[in-house]
Amino acid sequence: MNATTMAERVRRGEIAATALAEESLRAIRARNEELNVFLHVDEDGALATAARVDDAVARGEDPGRLAGVPIALKDNLCQVGIPTTCSSRILEGWRPPYSATVVERLLDAGAVPMGKTNLDEFAMGSSTETSAFGPTRNPLDPSRVPGGSSGGSAAAVAAAMTPLALGSDTGGSIRQPAALCGIVGVKPTYGLVSRYGLIAFASSLDQIGPFATDVADAALLLEVIAGHDPMDSTSLPEPAPSLVAHLGDGVAGRRIGLVRELLDGADEAIVASVRRAASVLEAAGATVVELSIPELHLGLSAYYLIAPAEASSNLARYDGVRYGLRINDEDVTAMNEATRTAGFGAEVKRRIMLGTYALSAGYYDAYYGQALKVRTQMRDAFRRAYRDVDMLLGATTPSVAFTFGSKTNDPMAMYLSDVFTIPTNLAGEAALSVPFGRGEADLPTGVQLLGPGRSEARLLAAAKVLEDAERG
Amino acid sequence: MALPEGWEMVVGLEVHTELRTATKMFCGCANVFGAEANTNVCPVCLGLPGSLPVLNERAVSMAMAIGMALHATIAPSTFHRKNYFYPDMPKDFQISQYDLPINSGGYLDLPDGSRVRIERAHLEEDTGKSTHLGVSGRIHGADRSLVDYNRSGVPLVEIVSGPDIRSAAQARLYASELRAVLIATGASDGRMEEGSMRIDANVSVRRSGEPFGTRCEIKNLNSLRSLHRAIEFEAQRQVKLIESGGVVRQETRHWDETVGATSTMRVKEEAEDYRYFREPDLVDLAPSAAWQQRVADALGPMPAERRAAVVALLGEVSDAQRDAIDVVIDLGLERFVHATHAAGGDVAVALARVANELAAAGDVSKLTEDAFVATVAMEAGGQLSATQAKTILADLLASGGEPRAVAAARGFEQLSADSLGGIVSALIDANPDEWSRFRDGDDKLAQFFIGLVMRETKGRANGKAVIAELHARR
Amino acid sequence: MSGLTRAEVAHVAKLARLRLSDEELDLFTVQLARILDHAADMQSLDLTGVVATAHPYDLINVVREDVVRPSLDRDAVLAAAPDAEDGCFAVPRIMGEES
Ligand SMILES: [Zn+2]
Repeated sequence: MNATTMAERVRRGEIAATALAEESLRAIRARNEELNVFLHVDEDGALATAARVDDAVARGEDPGRLAGVPIALKDNLCQVGIPTTCSSRILEGWRPPYSATVVERLLDAGAVPMGKTNLDEFAMGSSTETSAFGPTRNPLDPSRVPGGSSGGSAAAVAAAMTPLALGSDTGGSIRQPAALCGIVGVKPTYGLVSRYGLIAFASSLDQIGPFATDVADAALLLEVIAGHDPMDSTSLPEPAPSLVAHLGDGVAGRRIGLVRELLDGADEAIVASVRRAASVLEAAGATVVELSIPELHLGLSAYYLIAPAEASSNLARYDGVRYGLRINDEDVTAMNEATRTAGFGAEVKRRIMLGTYALSAGYYDAYYGQALKVRTQMRDAFRRAYRDVDMLLGATTPSVAFTFGSKTNDPMAMYLSDVFTIPTNLAGEAALSVPFGRGEADLPTGVQLLGPGRSEARLLAAAKVLEDAERG
Repeated sequence: MALPEGWEMVVGLEVHTELRTATKMFCGCANVFGAEANTNVCPVCLGLPGSLPVLNERAVSMAMAIGMALHATIAPSTFHRKNYFYPDMPKDFQISQYDLPINSGGYLDLPDGSRVRIERAHLEEDTGKSTHLGVSGRIHGADRSLVDYNRSGVPLVEIVSGPDIRSAAQARLYASELRAVLIATGASDGRMEEGSMRIDANVSVRRSGEPFGTRCEIKNLNSLRSLHRAIEFEAQRQVKLIESGGVVRQETRHWDETVGATSTMRVKEEAEDYRYFREPDLVDLAPSAAWQQRVADALGPMPAERRAAVVALLGEVSDAQRDAIDVVIDLGLERFVHATHAAGGDVAVALARVANELAAAGDVSKLTEDAFVATVAMEAGGQLSATQAKTILADLLASGGEPRAVAAARGFEQLSADSLGGIVSALIDANPDEWSRFRDGDDKLAQFFIGLVMRETKGRANGKAVIAELHARR
Repeated sequence: MSGLTRAEVAHVAKLARLRLSDEELDLFTVQLARILDHAADMQSLDLTGVVATAHPYDLINVVREDVVRPSLDRDAVLAAAPDAEDGCFAVPRIMGEES
C-alpha cells in the first residue's frame, strides 16, 4: 500500500492512523539495529500524533492529505523537542525549540513523523559513512552503502519502515541515495520548498525534497511541503504547484534531451538503463535528441569550492557557546577550538578548511569568485538547452550502490559519485531520480530527469511513464 | 590644544547608529533597550541551526531616510557575511553590506560652514553584549564572561565620513550635527549613553601639504567629550612619536576615559581576514522609486533649516540661546516657539521655557500649544513671575488644562501695581547705599533689588515689573 | 598545481578555529591540494565579463513588516546552553577585544 492509498483509507476511516504508526514502529524495530537507519525514533510522539489523526476522523473532520502516513525525517530538519544532531557529535543532545516549516506542513496535513534518520555528518558525504553515529546499510544489500547524504531517509523507505521520507539535496543528496536504494527522489527547484528549519550545509544549494516508493507518492508529498514561506527570504513567491493532477500527462509531444555528459564514465548497465528509458519515452510519444552540454564537466570543481565556502561560514556557529558540545579551555578562543576540534569529523573539517581557504584574502578571486562565474555559465548552458528541449535525461549516478570503505580514503573519488547530480544544484533547477533497470549485482539503477525551474509537474509525469513501463 | 606649528590632523569618523524600529533587523524580536537579559531572543537572533533571516522593511526605510538626509545616492545593494569568531555574535558572522551599500556618496554641512563628505551609510546587524566577570586573586582562567543576546540583530546604520575632518573640535561638531540629523529623520534616538550611537575615529597626522600619514582607529567612543579628547590625544601622540623619530603603526586603539589616553588593542598584522561573501540567505535590495518617494515624503526639514527658522524669529542670538535652540530642535519641540511667534508673543521667553521646562518633562503630550502660548503671554505681560510660570507649565505638562484656571487654582493672584510699588519703596529706604549706586548708573544693582523683592513676595513678583518700578524712581 | 603549503593550511585552521595534529596537517595539505588541482580546469577559463551568480534566482526586496512576534522562553533557551549564569550564556574569559 503506498502513501496515497494509506491517506485515502485513513480519511475514510477504513484504517487507523495508530495502526499504521504501530506497523511502522514494528518495521523499524525489526531492522534498525542491522541497518542503522533511525538515530532517534519518536515512538510516543508518533503514536500521539496518529491518535490525533484518528480522533479527527472520528469527529468527522478531514485530517489532511497525508492523514496517518508515517514519515521519516532526515536528522538535519528541526522538530521542536526532538533530538537533532546532523549526525554530528557537536550537536549531540540538542533539542530545537522550534520546528522547520516543512515539519509544520507535514503535521498540518496529518502526516506522522516517526523519527530522525542518519546522514553524512552535516550532509557532507555520499554514503552516510561520515556520520558520527556509524553508517547506514543499504536495505537491498547490507554490505553496501545506501548513498548519501540522505542515506537514512532513503533506506527508511527502501526498507518499508515508512512509505515516505524527507531528505535534503545540496549536490545530489536525495537523488543519489534514491538511485542506490531503488526508490523515487526529487530535488525540487531552489526556493520551491522552504529551508526554514533545515540545518544549512550550503545555503544557496540546499533544497528539501521527498523520497517515496512511487512517483505518485513523491508528487503528493512535494505538493504538501512546497509553496511560499515568509520565514525564508529565498522562498519562491507562489503557492505550491499542482503535481498530482498532472501525473497522467504523459510525454506525448515532449522534446527530451539525452545528455552525453550525464552518461560519461557511468557503468555500462547504467548507460543501458538510460538508453532503454529513452526508448520508452519515445514509444510514449516523446522526441528524444542526443545533445552535449560541455559546461557540465565544470560542475564538480565549482561545487567543491562554493559548497565548502558557504559551509565554512554556516558551521562557524558551532562554537560551544550557546548549544551543543562544549570542551572547556582556558579562554573563549581556546574553548571554541577545543570544541570544534572534538565535535567535527574529518570530512567536515576538510570542507571547512577548503571553504575557509577559498574565501580567504588573496584566494577569493582565483577560487570562489571564479566558481561563481562558472555557476553563471552552468545556468546559462542549461537555459540554452531548455530553449530546445522540455527536459533532459541522464544517469543519476555513475555506479550502483558501492561497498563500504571503497571510496572513504580518497575524498575526490567520493566527490565524483555526485558528478551527474551537482549541476542541477548549481543552476537551482529541478531534477528527480526514478528507479529504472538493474545493474551490477542485480542492484537498481536510477534514471535522472532534469528540467528548468518550476518544471516538477513535467518531470514527475515523465517519471510516471517510466515507472509504469517498468512495472508493466 | 593645537598641534605644533606645521602639523595637521586628518580624521574620518565611522558612526554606528541603532535604528528605532519596533523589531530587530532579521527577526520579530522586540528592539528595546534595557530589557532583562536574553528575553528578546528567537532562533534567528540566537543563530540557532536552521534559522533564516528576513529583512525588516522599516529598517530599510530608515536607512534610506538617513541617506536622503545626507544627500547620498540610494542604489541597489546586497548583503554580505563578515566572518569572524566572537561570542557576542551568535552566528560567528555578521550580516553587513560590503561593496554595494544602500547609500553612497553624500555630505553633511556643519554649523561652522564646513562640509564633510559621506562615503557610505550601510545597513548591518548589531552584536549581543558580554559582561566580563573579572575575579581578582583567582587562578589564571578562572574568570568568565556572561553573554546577553537581546541586542543581537538590532538594526544598525554605519555612516562613514570622508577623511575631511581637521580638528577634534570639528570632529565633535560633525558628530553632534550628525546626531541631530539622525534624530530628525526619526531613525535614531541618538542616545550615546545607551550605546545607540557609537563612534570609531580614524586619526592620522601629516605635515601640511604632505600625503596622508598612517592612521590609527580608535574604537567605541561613546560620548562627544570622549571623541574630542581621544582625537586630541591621539593626534598629539602621533606627532610626538614622529618628531622623536618614531613611526606610526597602523593599529586599532582603545580610549581609556579615566586615564585620558589611547592604547593599542591590536595591530594591523593581527587583523582578521573577514572572508566576506554574499549572504546566500538574503536576496538583493533594490528599493523601487515609489518606496523611495514614500520615505522622502515622510522626511521633514533637517536641523540646520529648522534652527535657522527659529533664529529668524529671534534676530540676534546669544550663545545660551544657541544651545537652547539645539536642545529644542533635538527634541522636535520648536512648534511651541513658532506658535508663540504666530500669536505675537515673546519668542525669547518661549524658547527658554521650551528648552528648560518642556525639555525636562520628556512627555509634552498633555500641553497644548494654545495653553503654552497663553502662559508665556502671562509671564511676558507681567501677570506671572518666572517662578509662577514654571509652576504652571509643570502643572499643564502633568495634567493638561488652561493656564488661567491653573493660576487661579494655585492662588497666583497678581501683585497689584500698588502693593509692588509699596514694597519697592520700602526696600529702597532700607538699602540707601545700593540705591544711590543704582541711581548713579550701576545697572547690576537691579538684580540686587529684584532678589529682595522676590524674597519679600515669595516669588510672586514679576522681574520686569520690578525693574520698571526701579527705573520709575531713578 | 595549487602550491598549497603546510603553513597556509595551518593558518586556515587557525581562522576556522580548528586544531590539527601534525599528521592531520600533512594529510589535509595533500588532500586539499588535490581538490584545488581539480579546480584548476576552472581557473584556466577566461571568464572576464561573466557575472558571478551567488543566488540561483533573481528575487529582490524580500522584506517583512516591522511587527513584533513572540520571543523564546529564556529558561528553555538557557537550558540548551553548555553553561549559563544570571540569565546569560556563560563562557570562559574573552581575550583581547572590547567587551
Ligand atoms: Zn529574534
